[in-house]
Amino acid sequence: MSVVAASEVLNPLSSGWFLENSWLIPIIPAVGFALIIFFGKRLPMKGSEIGVISMVASLGMSAGSAYQWIQRVGSAAEGQFVEPVIRTWNWWQIGGVNLTIGQSIDGLAVTILVVVAFISTLVQLYSIEYLHGDRRYTHFFAALTLFSAGMLAMVIAEDMILFILGWEIMGLCSFMLIGHWWEEGANSRAALKAFFTVRTGDMGLLVGVAILYFASNEWTTENLGVSGFSIHGISAWALSGEPNSTVILMASIALFIAAIGKSGQFPLHTWLPDAMAGPTPVSSLLHSSTMVVAGVFLVARLYPVFFEGFDILGAGGNLIMVIGAITIVIAAALAFVQADIKKVLAYSTVSQLGYMMLGLGAGAWLPAVFHIFTHAFFKACLFLGAGSISHSASHHSFDMRKDMGGLRKYMPITFTTWVISTLALCGVFPFSGFFSKDEIIDNVGNNGYTMFMVIGLVGAFLTAAYMTRATYLTFFGEARGAAAGQHETEHASDHGHDDHGHDDHGHDAHDGHGPRESGPLITIPLMILAVLALSSGFLNATPFGKSWEKLKDWVEPRAAVVMEVHASGPGESRIRAEEGHHSSPCGSETPKEGVCFAPQLEHAKFKWSKALLSLAIVFAGIALSWLLSVALYTKKNAKLVGLTSRNKVLGAGYRLLANKYYLDALYEQVIVRSVAGPISRAAYWFNQNILDGVLHGVSRTTRSVSSWTYRNIDQRVVDEAVNASGRATKGAGGVVQPVQSGKVSQYGALLFAAASVVALVLVIVNT
Amino acid sequence: MVAQNIGFGIIALMMVVGALRVVTTTNVVHAALWLVVVLSGGAAQYVLLGAEFIAITQVLVYVGAVMVLFLFGIMLTRTRIGREGGLNNPHWKWGIPVALLTLAATVLTLVSSFGGEKLPEDAAPISTQAVSDQIFGPYLLPFWALSFVLLAAVIGAIVLARKD
Amino acid sequence: MLVNQFLILAAILFAIGVYGVVARRNAVLVLMSIELILNAVNLNLVAFAMRNGSADGHTFALYVIAVAAAEVGVGLGLVLLIFRNRRTIALDELSEMKG
Repeated sequence: MSVVAASEVLNPLSSGWFLENSWLIPIIPAVGFALIIFFGKRLPMKGSEIGVISMVASLGMSAGSAYQWIQRVGSAAEGQFVEPVIRTWNWWQIGGVNLTIGQSIDGLAVTILVVVAFISTLVQLYSIEYLHGDRRYTHFFAALTLFSAGMLAMVIAEDMILFILGWEIMGLCSFMLIGHWWEEGANSRAALKAFFTVRTGDMGLLVGVAILYFASNEWTTENLGVSGFSIHGISAWALSGEPNSTVILMASIALFIAAIGKSGQFPLHTWLPDAMAGPTPVSSLLHSSTMVVAGVFLVARLYPVFFEGFDILGAGGNLIMVIGAITIVIAAALAFVQADIKKVLAYSTVSQLGYMMLGLGAGAWLPAVFHIFTHAFFKACLFLGAGSISHSASHHSFDMRKDMGGLRKYMPITFTTWVISTLALCGVFPFSGFFSKDEIIDNVGNNGYTMFMVIGLVGAFLTAAYMTRATYLTFFGEARGAAAGQHETEHASDHGHDDHGHDDHGHDAHDGHGPRESGPLITIPLMILAVLALSSGFLNATPFGKSWEKLKDWVEPRAAVVMEVHASGPGESRIRAEEGHHSSPCGSETPKEGVCFAPQLEHAKFKWSKALLSLAIVFAGIALSWLLSVALYTKKNAKLVGLTSRNKVLGAGYRLLANKYYLDALYEQVIVRSVAGPISRAAYWFNQNILDGVLHGVSRTTRSVSSWTYRNIDQRVVDEAVNASGRATKGAGGVVQPVQSGKVSQYGALLFAAASVVALVLVIVNT
Repeated sequence: MVAQNIGFGIIALMMVVGALRVVTTTNVVHAALWLVVVLSGGAAQYVLLGAEFIAITQVLVYVGAVMVLFLFGIMLTRTRIGREGGLNNPHWKWGIPVALLTLAATVLTLVSSFGGEKLPEDAAPISTQAVSDQIFGPYLLPFWALSFVLLAAVIGAIVLARKD
Repeated sequence: MLVNQFLILAAILFAIGVYGVVARRNAVLVLMSIELILNAVNLNLVAFAMRNGSADGHTFALYVIAVAAAEVGVGLGLVLLIFRNRRTIALDELSEMKG
């Protein structure tokens, strides 16, 4: 369906080859995946070159689309709704339902496309060196490429079916990549845990999509000529004032459960830290910057549904905000007790995803999407930095307490990029995190949710503090363990090692020298990401006035009433946008004479006083944490060391955190056991009492009957007869005995051969 | 019609190659994966033949459930993954003449009875509703029997596989 | 489309399945070959349903799929049992039926 602007106020929208053919973006890595699987092992670089090339091609296409999208936005009038570039194809027709598949490119899709393609490219380059010599090198690249195909397909999806397809491909690839080194039990357990936890949420996606389809199909078919799977159809339906509030609430809850599972929100966040068992590039790509934002993306994509379903901007907050806020605080608190550097980053990711959810729940759509954008760069940089440390300095250990410390002298590039990204994560001006995270907090407060704003600020404090602790432990103080050049292998099995599967590489390459800087294939991606962590915030730098808010222009869908006239056929729709940008009724009342595709949202005015307050909180967190770290880890202050084991209250708090709030225990011990226990006991009881009883009864009867028969008939009458005939048969049997080999396959061969011969004879006789 | 014939050719080639790999590969897991190719190809052929419902059932039951069963079977009955010898009988060569004989018999019969007969081009597609009318109408008895077969299979599988 | 193109494809799959049943030693692979045979039969059924324009073929194809699922379930149960008792699933080592 194409919509052409016909009103005189409106300009025709420009388009271009890249926008029209964006559907190729996921196809390229999908083809690359097939090529790697079938030919990868025979290629000179074992298939990694195909992965890299396909990702570079996708990145080029995405960049082209982004450029043309910006032009398209530029060609629109002020306040005019910029139609997404939609192309659909009929895919499947069954029972009168016509399912389509296609692309829908708008600002949100373009943003995520660029991020995903970009980070994927860098991670693939990085993996060439990081996984060099791995046993399943080719499979690794195949799974990585397929993952990108899935994510890109989900991002461009026009309909929920393609969306689910991409979503599930990502789940599968995540499982394969977490369990890449499945020989070690912990890794395959982590993979299974991730898979099942996310699947629990995925049920919500199926249920939610089904509810939306059955509720909206009639309306969308009548008004827009699309099925109830179409995302823009659903969006328009949600804002049309048509839907029943209970139905749309149920759909939102179901979809939000899926988002909770995928994006690691409380209470289903437990899988994400365990997922760090996978190779570091995987953690960097899937479990920090791209796949885990799929849940956030789902909420952002179907925002009108959530907007109506959860009454966003209504008084008192809603489920999305509550979950987001809880996640921010509990995950940040957990990050304090981790010794594994990747787990600190994992909990940090969970916490930052909480910020995105909080923003979406509070009506801060654009800041949340912007935070996806900036977070991807600095979190990928932090993860790759952690990988660089383990690869070159700490003998594949991720334990900050045992094997790191004082590394800033040996790894200047890794150190610098790490510090830049850490400052970005903490939200220090002028790094990118400041612009996005502060805007979320600011908008949450501006929309009247003061309590949630305070939680956001507490989260910012905690973030600054735990990242300072991690930085201190890794790069400052004395070198410990492997970082000090000791080659220890006795603790090789008790924490996250990354050296499995290195056949000819692994430890041997590091023997004889201490920590050093990593090679260029590792440091160049780090540097690129660090530059972006520093600069990407300026794409939407609210402090500097309206002309700096580029992303707001490009990405945020404009809330205008779009008029669709279908009686005169598609292509003759008229867009009415004379009403000013800020008086659009979308989202607040039923639009007259048309449909809305996006709700009207407010943006907070930037105030330096608020920004300075949050900066002060961040610096307080950094300073306090720094002082504590020096006292604890370097000076070994007697008052502080071992405080948790002396003070009861602190000890209880520490144990609660160390056991991750006992959530894992709750899931595995209580829930799984209470569900599985009764079922297995019931099955056992049925087995023991009923099946066995029947069997025993039958066998007792049979035995008494048969023993009588044996004594009276068999022994006396039959035996004699049998013996006589047996003797006669024995001679004959000797002749065919070789055939009776007892081998099943031989019987099969004889059976088929005989049947065919007979059939052939019959055919020949009959013709 | 040309497009359908090309589609048929590609899928048929894929299925035959897949089937050959199932019976010749030296890696059991690969055999299972090639079987997926054949079964998916079968589903595609059903679509060509206008039997969408069977195609979906094929994907759900075969490609989904049965393949998982196979993979579990492989997992539980082996100690190592990868190539292994001894997957074939010592007298495996006997399979070739037997299979060729079977093929010759069927192909001869088919050619002599159906020659160049064409499928009706404008046949009304058989709706899923018609199939369900058949199942719950004239073929209800086999359906009942099938239910008992499934019940027996479930109980049988439990009894066989339980530990005692 | 010819009737025969489907029927001959089915015949080829059937013959490959027969080869697998005869040549394979691993019980799981034999079960897979049986699946090939059953699929060949199904293809025939559906092709004839199209030729005759009747739903009978579809009905029986569904029945065959259901029976095949049951067969795999029981078959793999048997294989597991054999494996548990003898630590092997090589069919030529199972010759209790030897006369």
